[in-house]
Amino acid sequence: MNKIKIIKKGIITDNPVFVLLLGLCPVLGVTTSAYNGFGMGLATLFVLFMSNLVVSLIKNFIPNKVRIPSFIVVIASFVTIVQLTMEAFLPDLFDALGLFIPLIVVNCLVLGRSEAFASKNDTFSAVTDGLAMGIGFTLALTALGGLREILGSYSLFGYSFIEGDGMLVFVLAPGAFIGLGYLTAIFLKLIGER
Amino acid sequence: MAKRESTFANMVSTLLIVAGVAAFTLSMVYNVTKGPIERGRYERKQAAISFVVPEFDQLKSKNFLPPEGRDSLEFNLAYKNGELVGIAVQTYTNTGFSGYISAMVGFYPDGTIYDVVHLEHAETPGLGDKIEKDKSDWSDQFKDFDPSEKSLKLKQDQGDVDGITAATITARAYCDAINRAYVTLTENIDESHFKLEE
Repeated sequence: MNKIKIIKKGIITDNPVFVLLLGLCPVLGVTTSAYNGFGMGLATLFVLFMSNLVVSLIKNFIPNKVRIPSFIVVIASFVTIVQLTMEAFLPDLFDALGLFIPLIVVNCLVLGRSEAFASKNDTFSAVTDGLAMGIGFTLALTALGGLREILGSYSLFGYSFIEGDGMLVFVLAPGAFIGLGYLTAIFLKLIGER
Repeated sequence: MAKRESTFANMVSTLLIVAGVAAFTLSMVYNVTKGPIERGRYERKQAAISFVVPEFDQLKSKNFLPPEGRDSLEFNLAYKNGELVGIAVQTYTNTGFSGYISAMVGFYPDGTIYDVVHLEHAETPGLGDKIEKDKSDWSDQFKDFDPSEKSLKLKQDQGDVDGITAATITARAYCDAINRAYVTLTENIDESHFKLEE
């Protein structure tokens, strides 16, 4: 398959958050600020990339009937690696995301890409797909985190530009749904889906 | 390479190998990251202790059980030239808006609070996280707070502590944590406990 097409699909036409609507737990949970969204996006990107790589390498070795448990073990290993490394070397980010890192394992985006793409395509395509989907996910999380941070705390990436407390609803859970709804609508309008 | 058949032997061996490789890799990563993780936790705790007690040159820790609750509190006794100058108590509460909150509360030897700093919490960003020192100066009101004269309760609970707007539960829980430290301290405020042993 054409690599450019895979990249375009991952970031735009099949954007995991705004088009596929996959992995919404971290999308709604951690996007209270642009920095948190970006960090979560990068963590997921790493896991997607590595698990797509490994799954596509071992796909012929794994018998069909045990492929899901095998893939999950691979994904869980990479998630734990991310968790330990982040706690050791980026303790501030870990404080903010700690609770959500183990949940990358059950992020349907990661298993979905392993099962639907990496296990059926060659290694290079699988890695490209993991990278593109990861970038699409990161951009979406950063955008939603940025929107919620701007409206909710009048700041972006921690830099406050207006004094005051902001619209609290955008920091709380309902703001995530409202923000995601509007961003999805705008995104689909922009790419001409509806 | 052709795809392997789903025979019993193939399935068992595959799962064994996948799990084995994963376990081995994780143990390697764990070994590498164990040091930095522990050092980070230790440093954060030491920083919290030196933040909530006056200057000291020697530290001794001791555990005491609070009157309510099962987990004991860690008392870090700070000495300067052999003289007790402060007590940093690592305390907790389970009544936060998102459950567990832990904090380090520093007392002068007479029971007056020197300073308070949070250790862990999962409170709402933008509301409950005002208990953090770098987010708001709310917790500065505990400086030189004397719990024997004033009550460690929120003003709306007939106490002497200002609440946090829109985060009353968090503020109440934080007071509960500090109060737990104070009550445990007064229960055990026996000279013999706090002497620096030779």
